[in-house]
Amino acid sequence: MQTVKMVVTGPFNAGKTEFIQTVSEIDVVATERKITSEAERIKETTTVAMDFGRITVDDNLVLYLFGTPGQKRFDFMWEILSEGMLGFIVMVDSTRPETFREARSILETFRAYAPTPYVVAANKQDSPDAWAVDDMRIALRLDPSVKLLPCVALDKESVKNVLLELLYSILEEMEANSRK
Amino acid sequence: MALKGNLRDFTISQLLNLIHLARKTGALTVDGPGDKAWAVFREGKLAYARMASEDDSLVGVLHRAKKISKAQYKVLKERAAAMSDKELGILLINANYLTQEDILESLRDAYVGVLERIFPWVEGMFVFEDGAPSLDGKITLKVSLENVIMDASRRLREWEQLQDEIPSLDVALKFADRPGVDLRNVNLSVEEWRVVSYINPKNTLKKIAAATKMNDLEIRRIVYGLLQAGLVEMVRPEGEKIEPRKPQLPVSDPEEQISLVNRIIHRIRSL
Ligand SMILES: Nc1nc2c(ncn2[C@@H]2O[C@H](COP(=O)(O)OP(=O)(O)OP(=O)(O)O)[C@@H](O)[C@H]2O)c(=O)[nH]1
Ligand SMILES: [Mg+2]
Repeated sequence: MQTVKMVVTGPFNAGKTEFIQTVSEIDVVATERKITSEAERIKETTTVAMDFGRITVDDNLVLYLFGTPGQKRFDFMWEILSEGMLGFIVMVDSTRPETFREARSILETFRAYAPTPYVVAANKQDSPDAWAVDDMRIALRLDPSVKLLPCVALDKESVKNVLLELLYSILEEMEANSRK
Repeated sequence: MALKGNLRDFTISQLLNLIHLARKTGALTVDGPGDKAWAVFREGKLAYARMASEDDSLVGVLHRAKKISKAQYKVLKERAAAMSDKELGILLINANYLTQEDILESLRDAYVGVLERIFPWVEGMFVFEDGAPSLDGKITLKVSLENVIMDASRRLREWEQLQDEIPSLDVALKFADRPGVDLRNVNLSVEEWRVVSYINPKNTLKKIAAATKMNDLEIRRIVYGLLQAGLVEMVRPEGEKIEPRKPQLPVSDPEEQISLVNRIIHRIRSL
């Protein structure tokens, strides 16, 4: 059996679990453990969850979706999770501008881990408090070439669209490389 | 769409930048510590602004700008009570009381002054409502936000620049092994010396900051100075190695990889 993986990351409460659950054929497994930080000013004890979803592609190929814990303190987990990934999705809660800066910094960190394609999902677009996608692009300081996609993690079509856009980017890059 | 949030997380400068870049038309309300500001923008330009605690009539603005005396202020307040700012402005100009320039300059300073005053606010809530609110009788301007933002950004820039230069406090420092650099010949401040005394490839900046009781900004500022002076270099802390990961695919042939991704695409479409 062949497997490939993609990672869903983003700040706390962005909707990562929801996103994976919507398309996964298994119940998303959430591993939780409490970790206290060694540093001086710790926010609080936090729950670390690693989400894990599966999509069977065909008889001998499985796609795994890994959701990272949102807390920046656990970026040692990110590193492990990002190992070998095909690409990643940064989920951003469109209703919480206070998390935009963190989302930006998570994006940078993941890019440093692996130079794979990625897309940014502006989640919770169904909420009346959601920022418009164009405003978010400015606030997140995203280059026009970066895909920023409206998303409602509870809606299957919306989640599919985000996954497909990421896959198209992956495909594009592979094709560009194979022409070299 | 609603734009609302907390200033602790989204600064005034970021907000104005957004209004400017997205050429927004609407009203921004900022409920801050002890006062409330209200500013109206048209296509990304400042049209009008006031603080809740102040007399925002033209007479009030002119008085604060010292264009009219206290006595004149009183008289005008009484006699011109029924007049709109626009009407009063024209009257004052026609009466050779003030020039049009005086009035526009005073208003500009007042409106921009509101933004300048709320810039440092880090506590409070903001709401930006799309659409043009009615400002009947008020004199509106078209002040480009660029300069206003630039002044504020200058202040913010230091912090952001330091973050860019030193994005992570998980790095360590080592002394630059360049010839001609001798610490004894360099004038270091007390804080710099304290940091220097902890320099060791085993100590991350985080550890040094904790040991010297400095916050993230302070430690960055000092390390930046040391880096600029060529005294130290950033290194990965000893015993740690992060290498960029390559995607792992079960097949290595490029054509097969492409076909694999196409299979996934096909499957997801069918979900
Ligand atoms: N309205 C709306 N709510 C959503 C959407 N996506 C997620 N939520 C809700 O947002 C909350 C957080 O979603 P999660 O899926 O738990 O977020 P998470 O990023 O996995 O959270 P952590 O793992 O704790 O960082 C839940 O209450 C979800 O039901 C969405 O698209 N629209
Ligand atoms: Mg989760």
